[in-house]
Amino acid sequence: MSNKDFVLSVEGLTVSFDGFKAVDDLSFYVEEGEIRVIIGPNGAGKTTVLDLICGRTKSTEGSIKFRGKDLSKMTEHEIVHAGVGRKFQNPSVYEDLTVFENFELSFPRGRSVFGALGFQRDAEVLKAIEETAEMVFLQEHLGMQADLLSHGQKQWLEIGMLLIQQPSLLMLDEPVAGMSVAERKKTAELLLKITKDRSVIVIEHDMNFVADIADRVTVLHQGKVLSEGSMDHVQKDPKVIEVYLGH
Amino acid sequence: MSNYSKQKFLSPAELGGFIVLAILLFVVLPLSVDDFRLNLIGKYLSYSFVAMGLVLCWGYGGILSLGQGVFFGIGGYCMAMFLKLEASSVENTAIQSTPGIPDFMDWNQLTELPWFWEPFNSLGLSLIAVILVPGLFAFLIGLAMFKRRVGGVYFAIITQAVAAILTILIVGSQGMTGGINGITDLRTLLGWDIRTDEAKVILYFVCVTFVFICLFLCQFVLRSKLGRLLVAVRDTEERVRFSGYNVDNFKIFIFTFAAMLSAIGGALFTLQVGFMSPSFVGIVPSIEMVIFCAVGGRLSLLGAVYGALAVNFAKTTLSEAIPELWLFALGGMFIAVVSIFPNGLMGLYNTYISAPVNRFYHAAVRFINKDKPVETLSEPLSEPESESTLGAK
Repeated sequence: MSNKDFVLSVEGLTVSFDGFKAVDDLSFYVEEGEIRVIIGPNGAGKTTVLDLICGRTKSTEGSIKFRGKDLSKMTEHEIVHAGVGRKFQNPSVYEDLTVFENFELSFPRGRSVFGALGFQRDAEVLKAIEETAEMVFLQEHLGMQADLLSHGQKQWLEIGMLLIQQPSLLMLDEPVAGMSVAERKKTAELLLKITKDRSVIVIEHDMNFVADIADRVTVLHQGKVLSEGSMDHVQKDPKVIEVYLGH
Repeated sequence: MSNYSKQKFLSPAELGGFIVLAILLFVVLPLSVDDFRLNLIGKYLSYSFVAMGLVLCWGYGGILSLGQGVFFGIGGYCMAMFLKLEASSVENTAIQSTPGIPDFMDWNQLTELPWFWEPFNSLGLSLIAVILVPGLFAFLIGLAMFKRRVGGVYFAIITQAVAAILTILIVGSQGMTGGINGITDLRTLLGWDIRTDEAKVILYFVCVTFVFICLFLCQFVLRSKLGRLLVAVRDTEERVRFSGYNVDNFKIFIFTFAAMLSAIGGALFTLQVGFMSPSFVGIVPSIEMVIFCAVGGRLSLLGAVYGALAVNFAKTTLSEAIPELWLFALGGMFIAVVSIFPNGLMGLYNTYISAPVNRFYHAAVRFINKDKPVETLSEPLSEPESESTLGAK
């Protein structure tokens, strides 16, 4: 199979921090429109993999091809422009700004210095913001300062900030951490809705949530792929049971 | 569309603040103090440009520069070099061994004008240099630092080092810069004597006009999306990068912009005071400039102007009465701002005057309208914006 059939192909990816290999010769492939969930015990290198893909950490070896572009040689904002969006583990939103302004800054226009100076809130921007806000259940809160939102709402806000960029690959680091059961349900529905025209990589610990959304699951252990396949497949894999799911 | 998407260039409260400041600077002060004091106030105001730059760069962008004196100084020197060349005509300097060059060059056995002085024979080029030379210098510092992701305390220390280096350089090359004495004995601007009382009053008004031009420029920057991005970078720099912005470029821009503002202040300072020296470039004046901004309120453009006026007025008054006390007072002010009122005078004003007045006003409106139908009461309560939405952490 050629690389072009995949949105993302990670091959031989290695990163070592002072000799410690957090990610070790890792390869995996994500297809168009797929929801891939990465699970694994603490320290397995899950977050590091996302960091490597979005340019936050530079790899020691290996390649990360996204639609034919090598992400490992690009800077953070170039990777975003190429169509990769990243949500952090702790909700990372602009707390001193309103929800509306959070969306506005994420809208993919006027990203240069002078573009930002001349940026206008025209009908297109307002429409995109209203649609996104509705999608992530925040339409009532557009005028609210972001640090007044609940933890779950901040998670949604950050997801919305990514959606408004229209990324073709969305990476979510523990999107339902700290959410109530009702919020989890809503988030799972949201994820299923937004993956129609994009691929998603999710890191998650909540197994029920994983079972709800995953097309395929990759289990990481000590920086390597331990098992990969459907949720059923990995849940029955004895190696996975041994190191992660427990007996 | 509802309220949250409306953008006004000036909120009613800000407009009021601008009008009060305009009346104060254009009418009240010129009518109430003598020419000597007015010239002093003009000098204080030339520092307010630096403070405005720091509001953008430090207050909003979170980039603390302890070297704004560098840009203030370069702007001032560019102006002084032009004025000095005009004052050093061949007739005026006939007694020198090399007539036609500035006196301090002659004392230092220079026999011809250094190459970098040549452009300063022209007023046009000098005025361009006032803005561009410090701008370019700040751009290069910004490029070198921010592209390498140097920030925070490290950046502050490096700017301070630059201030020290530039001072040493100016003092060390006496023949070309006038050394520790600076460039003195400036007389005329295109033949117009800037030393007369009348000229000083005119220059005061020129300075105030520039204060307002720059205030509006800064307000434009803060009201644009770039202003909100600065706040976002200050609080969550990483998120901004992953929203697709090249954060380094924004930092370089705002640092350069602040430097250019400082330089305008420096040029106006030279014109009003009649000389420029390294004592306005180094570490101590640079830190004083940060204190002007902090005392006024680092999130308020108007606060920058009041801060520069208030601290400098205190400096003059105290220095006239008890000279030894000034540095202690300055230190005390700094401690007070940091520990008691972190948002400066404007923060105090917003908390203790503006907000209660607002509450009282709305309570009064509600009381008067209590018999009327509910619709008229649903007027949103507008609190002063700058403090509540952008308060520093």
